[in-house]
Amino acid sequence: MCNILVSMGIFFNMKTTTESSCCQRPDTEQSPQTVCCGAVGGIMKTNPWIEKIQRHATGYIPVVRTGLLFSDRIGTWKARWGVNRMDYRILPTLYAVGEPSSSSPVLVTANYKMSFDILRSNLSGLDAWILVLDTNGINVWCAAGDGTFGTDELVNLIADVKLQDVVSHRTVIVPQLGASGISAHEVLKRCGFRVIYGPVRACDIKSFISNGMKATSEMRNVTFTAMERIILVPIELMITLKYTVLTAVLFALLSGISGFSYYPRLLETEGIVNGAVIIIAWLTGIVLTPLLLPWLPGRSFSVKGFWTGAVVFVILLVSGIITGDSILFPAALAGWFMIIVSITSFLGMNFTGATPVTSLSGVKKEMKYAVPLQLILFTAGLLIWLISRLL
Amino acid sequence: MKYIDNAVTLDLQEESCTGCGMCVTVCPRGVFVIEAGKACIVDRDLCIECGACEKNCPSGAVTVRAGVGCANAILKGMTGGDVSCGCCDSSSGKSSCC
Repeated sequence: MCNILVSMGIFFNMKTTTESSCCQRPDTEQSPQTVCCGAVGGIMKTNPWIEKIQRHATGYIPVVRTGLLFSDRIGTWKARWGVNRMDYRILPTLYAVGEPSSSSPVLVTANYKMSFDILRSNLSGLDAWILVLDTNGINVWCAAGDGTFGTDELVNLIADVKLQDVVSHRTVIVPQLGASGISAHEVLKRCGFRVIYGPVRACDIKSFISNGMKATSEMRNVTFTAMERIILVPIELMITLKYTVLTAVLFALLSGISGFSYYPRLLETEGIVNGAVIIIAWLTGIVLTPLLLPWLPGRSFSVKGFWTGAVVFVILLVSGIITGDSILFPAALAGWFMIIVSITSFLGMNFTGATPVTSLSGVKKEMKYAVPLQLILFTAGLLIWLISRLL
Repeated sequence: MKYIDNAVTLDLQEESCTGCGMCVTVCPRGVFVIEAGKACIVDRDLCIECGACEKNCPSGAVTVRAGVGCANAILKGMTGGDVSCGCCDSSSGKSSCC
């Protein structure tokens, strides 16, 4: 019996197993028993979001808290900044909140810990089962598109945890955004469980359940509010950081070119400024485009990004950060304009993958003209800027 | 928020539709309504090609070429890799994208 707990412990990042013997209280046949065991203690110590581990006829079921701990919030924050984002996962199995019985609802989610935390933090006061699918630590929406939050995984896990022996009803509640991976009629055919699609947002689950599993049309529509857009900025920043720093360094180094010579002293003045221009263009592209998204002109994101770049170019010019006094200054200006807008247009286009409002066909359509244009603009801009320095 | 018009591959064959309403339930963009016992497309340009409708249509009346609306994924595909975001790519370990 402890072998199962030990292997759970290994998955739950328990570094050492403690005692090999269990001190189990005598069972009564019908009621679940809280297990007292060295392995359990270890699991719970390294996973404080688990309140206790119940022993059920079908196996061990961790009962999880509905209140988030500081360690949970830190984990979410880290993932948002790209730290340990690809390995932020929990064991795919059956969990519980509160004191669920055989008539309590079953809520399905992914084994990305952020998804799991968002779900359970919206279940305070409820008695429910949580069925966590193995999506390799990816959230429901992405995993559904990818296929891992899918019919096969759901059907197989239902059998693995012996759900038919845990609940007397035959329904599972799947988040609506999992529907692109789950075929409800196929699940019913294969394992006899009926899929009910719950609301898009976990915060609506309690109302959904108390309304007899009915959702309003607001609950069924996905939104992309300012907050929902802004929260995606940190990860976009981290992903593009190294390419931007390289480009900024490139421009800083090229700033030593003046006439047909190279003056390293210029790096300290113009080099810094020109590197900064690249960083500013990047920051505005990554922050302003998502923030102002619905109000920026154009439907395609590359066009929206272009407008952000145009605005930042004007700001840089008016503030005197881009400045010059040679006859060739207009050429340098033109070069800068093309460089800046091609960067912000590209960054805007890249934001398409982070949204619930873009279609594959639409993105392909916009990329057909956007990518060549961005390449041409950037290259031409760089050349013109260089030439203005050479002459 | 609307994206690009006249682009999506969404298709609805009314003859096969049984009016079960699953497409209305699962669509995250409110593309469908049921009218006179059949599904109707309210606004085709709202569709994001997630594929939930096709996956949950028992009669096969709705079809769409589902895929990820992600520029990064398409760029990867163009440069010879898999057309995948890269963020769902657990085999490569760490990384990128949305």
